[in-house]
Amino acid sequence: MRKHFPKIVTLLAGVGVSGWLFASGGSSLPTVDNAPWREECGSCHLAYHPAFLPERSWRRMMADLDHHFGENAGLDAATARQIEGFLTANAADRGGAKRGRKIAASIPHGKTPLRISETPWFVRKHDEVRADVWQRKSVGSAANCAACHPAAEKGRFDEHDIRVPR
Amino acid sequence: MRKTLPLLALIAAGTSSAATPDQLLQGYVAEARKAEAGFSPSPTRGEAMFRREHAGDKGPVACATCHTADPRKEGRTRAHKAIAPLAPAANPERLAEAAKAEKWFGRNCKDVLGRACTPAEKADFAAWLISIR
Repeated sequence: MRKHFPKIVTLLAGVGVSGWLFASGGSSLPTVDNAPWREECGSCHLAYHPAFLPERSWRRMMADLDHHFGENAGLDAATARQIEGFLTANAADRGGAKRGRKIAASIPHGKTPLRISETPWFVRKHDEVRADVWQRKSVGSAANCAACHPAAEKGRFDEHDIRVPR
Repeated sequence: MRKTLPLLALIAAGTSSAATPDQLLQGYVAEARKAEAGFSPSPTRGEAMFRREHAGDKGPVACATCHTADPRKEGRTRAHKAIAPLAPAANPERLAEAAKAEKWFGRNCKDVLGRACTPAEKADFAAWLISIR
């Protein structure tokens, strides 16, 4: 037992420091809502907060919903316009959220990522998650925020809100 | 615009497109009869359509891939979100809104079959789901 002691202390200290670091990185994302966004985007996946991608990414995504990550997510023009307006007005580089600004700043100019999980910010925040964790049946893929962030629907992704499923 | 005039008329007629599953089925039957006067919906054909596998980008794909083999059960999207059961017996919100049914037939037929479904296919499919207790 005794010989493990320093390791445990280091581990606990590490967890404490990283928890503090993440907690100081900003709390919840601003509460935003839009009925068509919640309904249409949220029927297949978590309705991802607009502050997770910059305006140019949302515009690019909304321009080709018939080929949405290999699926047809086509919408009528009026609904698509409404959702695009909401997403762009609250985008990472427009919404005024601290976390949004960090995400936007992490993306090189000239890049227009469509996957939140491909932004340098996301990659950095998840660099301690091992490959086999992403592949667990209970997780599935990086699209499934709520698997480890139970309060994701409410826009809460803080370190102390995380529970990684077996 | 797809050839769904009776349904579109139904949607345009009211502020909402609320319907019973049977009204929705009859709408599809009426459309199917324009192409084939003697058409009658077949739950057996509807079930076969639900289970038939098609070649997809990531291997074989069927309606049942996401909706599971039992339409009374909850399914899962490829992005890991729960899908409420398809059968009206298990989920009273199913086949209860023409616009919603059209939206999902529109998307999912193209995804799974690689083309739009015909009114006859939609009628068969609805007839099968309604027949499930």
